[in-house]
Amino acid sequence: MTPYGSSPLAGSTHDALTRKSTTASRKMAAHRCSCWSWLFILFSLSVFVVADIHETTPVNDHQGGVDHNAQTAEQTADLPAVEGRRWEATEVKEAGVDAAADAQGTSAPETVVPSSVPQPKDDFQEELVIRPLHSGDIYASFQFRTLWDTDFMRENKVSHYRLFPKSLGQVISKFSVRELHISFTQGYWRTMQWGQPFIPSPPGAELWVWFQDSVTDVDATWKELTNVLSGIFCASLNFIDSTNTVQPSASFKPLGIGNVTDHSFLRYATLPREIVCTENLTPWKKLLPCGSKAGLAVLLKSEKLFHSSFHSQAVHIRSVCQDWQCKTTSWELRQTVNSVFDLHNSGQAKREWSLFKMFSRTLTEACPLASSSKLYIDITDNPEGEQFELSPATSLLSQAVVLGDRRTFSVYDLTQETTFGSVRSLNLLIRWKSNEGEMLRPLLHAERYVAGYGLQTGEIHTLMYNNHPYRSFPVLLLDSVPWYLRLYIHTLSVTSKGKDNKPSYIHYEPSKDRVKPHLLEMLIQLPPNSVTEVTVQFERALLKWTEYPPDPNHGFYVGSSVISSLVPSTVAMDTNSTRERPLFSSFFPCKEESSYFVRIYTEPLLVNLPTPDFSMPYNVICLTCTVVAVGYGSLYNLLTRSFQIEEPNPGLAKRIANVIRKMRGVPPL
Amino acid sequence: MAAPLTLLLIVAVTIRAALFRSSLAELIAERVEVVSPITAWKRVVEGLALLDLGVSPYSGDVFHETPLIIYMFHFLVDYAEITFMVSLNKNFRKQKFALEADRYPMDSLELIRSPKEMYYIPLKVAMFYLLNPFTILSCVAKSTCGLNNAVLALFFLSTIKGNVLLSAIFLCLATYQSIYPITLCAPAMLYFMQRQYIPVNFRRVSFWWFIVQYLFMYLGSLFVLICLSFFLLGSWDYLPSVYGFILSVPDLTPNIGLFWYFFAEMFEHFRLFFLCVFQINVFFYTIPLSIKLKEHPVFLMFMQLAVISIFKSYPTVGDVALYLAFLPVWSHLHRFLRNIFLVSCVLLACSVLFPVLWHLWIYAGSANSNFYYAITLLFNVAQILLVSDYFYAFLRREHHLTNGLYLKRKDGSEATLILK
Repeated sequence: MTPYGSSPLAGSTHDALTRKSTTASRKMAAHRCSCWSWLFILFSLSVFVVADIHETTPVNDHQGGVDHNAQTAEQTADLPAVEGRRWEATEVKEAGVDAAADAQGTSAPETVVPSSVPQPKDDFQEELVIRPLHSGDIYASFQFRTLWDTDFMRENKVSHYRLFPKSLGQVISKFSVRELHISFTQGYWRTMQWGQPFIPSPPGAELWVWFQDSVTDVDATWKELTNVLSGIFCASLNFIDSTNTVQPSASFKPLGIGNVTDHSFLRYATLPREIVCTENLTPWKKLLPCGSKAGLAVLLKSEKLFHSSFHSQAVHIRSVCQDWQCKTTSWELRQTVNSVFDLHNSGQAKREWSLFKMFSRTLTEACPLASSSKLYIDITDNPEGEQFELSPATSLLSQAVVLGDRRTFSVYDLTQETTFGSVRSLNLLIRWKSNEGEMLRPLLHAERYVAGYGLQTGEIHTLMYNNHPYRSFPVLLLDSVPWYLRLYIHTLSVTSKGKDNKPSYIHYEPSKDRVKPHLLEMLIQLPPNSVTEVTVQFERALLKWTEYPPDPNHGFYVGSSVISSLVPSTVAMDTNSTRERPLFSSFFPCKEESSYFVRIYTEPLLVNLPTPDFSMPYNVICLTCTVVAVGYGSLYNLLTRSFQIEEPNPGLAKRIANVIRKMRGVPPL
Repeated sequence: MAAPLTLLLIVAVTIRAALFRSSLAELIAERVEVVSPITAWKRVVEGLALLDLGVSPYSGDVFHETPLIIYMFHFLVDYAEITFMVSLNKNFRKQKFALEADRYPMDSLELIRSPKEMYYIPLKVAMFYLLNPFTILSCVAKSTCGLNNAVLALFFLSTIKGNVLLSAIFLCLATYQSIYPITLCAPAMLYFMQRQYIPVNFRRVSFWWFIVQYLFMYLGSLFVLICLSFFLLGSWDYLPSVYGFILSVPDLTPNIGLFWYFFAEMFEHFRLFFLCVFQINVFFYTIPLSIKLKEHPVFLMFMQLAVISIFKSYPTVGDVALYLAFLPVWSHLHRFLRNIFLVSCVLLACSVLFPVLWHLWIYAGSANSNFYYAITLLFNVAQILLVSDYFYAFLRREHHLTNGLYLKRKDGSEATLILK
């Protein structure tokens, strides 16, 4: 039990725990089965009630999942209880908001009680998901969520901070931020090899902010905000100015509550050249309630973390609903770190990894402030343990629908003492038995490159792959191209399967030299099983010599294209955003069951521009001025003088002789 | 006269049509020497595309043509090629007639052009323009420079024919397209005054009255044009985007002029100063030249045109071709030219070296920007020498016309003329 409150939850879990353990000792398998099915019936019922979707398939799906779980889960003494606890905790909330309490039978009367007790004002959860990738890499995704039901916008300033970082709280209230998403990424996420990340991010820094509609001068606020964030995260966000800021009209909708459509309160900017390093990670870790002292954050050692194929850290602030009716809202701060470790290559060809190998740390405790602290291992591809072997083993399984796919996870609950075993430290180890395995190709992925040669013109090609065998779906393509690549929108062509594919919506804002970038947003329907190619020509500008970066021949970065799409899902998505779910599956709100939201970032481009000779500004100024002076001088000469007959000029000797003769008083020569 | 002219027209049109249909057209349209950010056809098409998308073409920084052009092409876009060829050819036929009327009171026997020579001048002018590779290139590149030149040619024609109103209207059209032709006001007014026997005297009312008349027509039509553009577009966006763009030179795309590299390499705190100096430089010559050449407005026009095309912010070879077309008119000055051979060699060499050095810089990567810059410098020096040489020859001829061709010194030996 955490010393920081959450008594209703704690009480109920205690009850549930004792109840569970007694029942488990009596008739374990059968009861587990019935309990699970009760639980899932409750779930599906709530989905039914909340979303008004009259479908029976989700129920069947859930049932199938139950059977599967029941078969594969091992039966140790205490773990079912833990498992039960997690689900029970969910039930509490459900019971509080639904009238469906009678459906859950015996446990309901005990759990309705806490609703009269005041809810905790803030709540912190931490989570680490580890997914072995088919390429042999390991994907580790940390998520830390702080929820706080306070109102930063109200008159009297919020001054008492507990779990929520004060620096960010002040930023929210000072700049009237509705939503803030910032990410720092090193490396490029290889969708084709790694699948979809839980939270996508483009290489470099990305920042997008929705402001409250009370903000009058959005641009000035944005400018100030970027400078403040630059200080908070020790990043070059102060380089965000009007030349790399755009206002996307459709691609970036608020992820929290509120369906604002006026995109004049949205600002989006990327810095593809931003290098992410320790100095960005340290302030990021300081925002966590436990810092890097305890909990999952102890694993975030910079020397290991930055020695990875991909590393992305992000902060997402938004307001979310506390209940499904959205009567009360709370602020959510999500801090994430996603990284891909290339252990296959660095592990001396032995395909095994452990927490210690990855992070040079093991886990010893959960963050004491966290209400939940879990470690998930994706074992979907390893249902029978034929691919790899987990040690220490856990029987606790969890299922989550994430990115249109139902995944199975082994769960380690760090708040339980038993998780750490007798050595009081958890060093998770995976040993591969075979390295076969087919990865399902991601349904949507994209790539981009620059075509053409020379430094005068070029062409940007964006390829979008729809790998769905029979469904077509629309994607929103957002391109923000700096002004020094002058796009020619009339050369825009979109082709799929060799045919012209006219975008149904185009939002184009041309650039202004040294003021604003190009913004191109298109809604394109991707036919099934096809490649759609978007090409647009551009011209490279010659800049002033002071506008080039210190290494001008390295080239100029063009930020990633952003592809946002609702991809058809094979399983029913969970549309209830307030239900308790693993953090990694609850980032993007899901509006409908049949599809899920995916955002993909393409590669950033590196484009060379023609350069002047930086060594000779003086020479150029002198030479050009000389030419102008030649023009001026020759005209001046002709304008001011007139033609005269040349009188022969006496030579020097003669003149001297004349002077002497003059002195002598004789007539000159 | 008509037969060779028709032949010439046919040849000129054939060359252009052949080039249009060849693969060279695309290559030529990309050349920085031929098209400038203002006149590039690609940018006009871009402006049209923006208009079709419902975006103001002036909200971006790609399109810098005037609103009338865009609306003209909006309707003519399918026939754009034809429009270009027609405008170029037809109007230059007119220019030819314009120059036909260009007669001089001559008194020195040897220096008077024979009527036969005069007879062929229009044909020569037409030939110099229509067969000039520069003109052909800018026509094939569909540069809107051709239209500017056409408007200017119509201005010359109407001026020389003595039509004050048309002259003012065409001058205003030319000014509307690119600010610089405003300096041609002075020669036009001088010409009309000469024609109407109005003495250029600041104390005479008739002088001022004529100036007011002409300026009224000029500014009136300019006002109409600007308002028309405003009503077509519904905003004043085009003013900074067209005229601000010409005057402040934000686009440093290389061209044959002096501005691009100078302002690419300029120290930031001197930028405004030099910008002012360079722009004033273009307009400044009007006053002294008008004073010096007040008796010879046609030559003044040529000088103005040359000064504009050398010192303007985004010059192209089309501009150069326009004043080069005047050269046959001054064929009687050839005996006084001092370094025409050198200058023509330099101009020719530069024309060849432009694409070579451009290729070395941009595509091969084996040269840098200085190479191309050096050749623009040389090209401009050659142009300056050419113009000042013609100016010198003109002044010298004037001197000989009054003082006789063979000047003697006091002692009877042959005298040499010098400028003092």
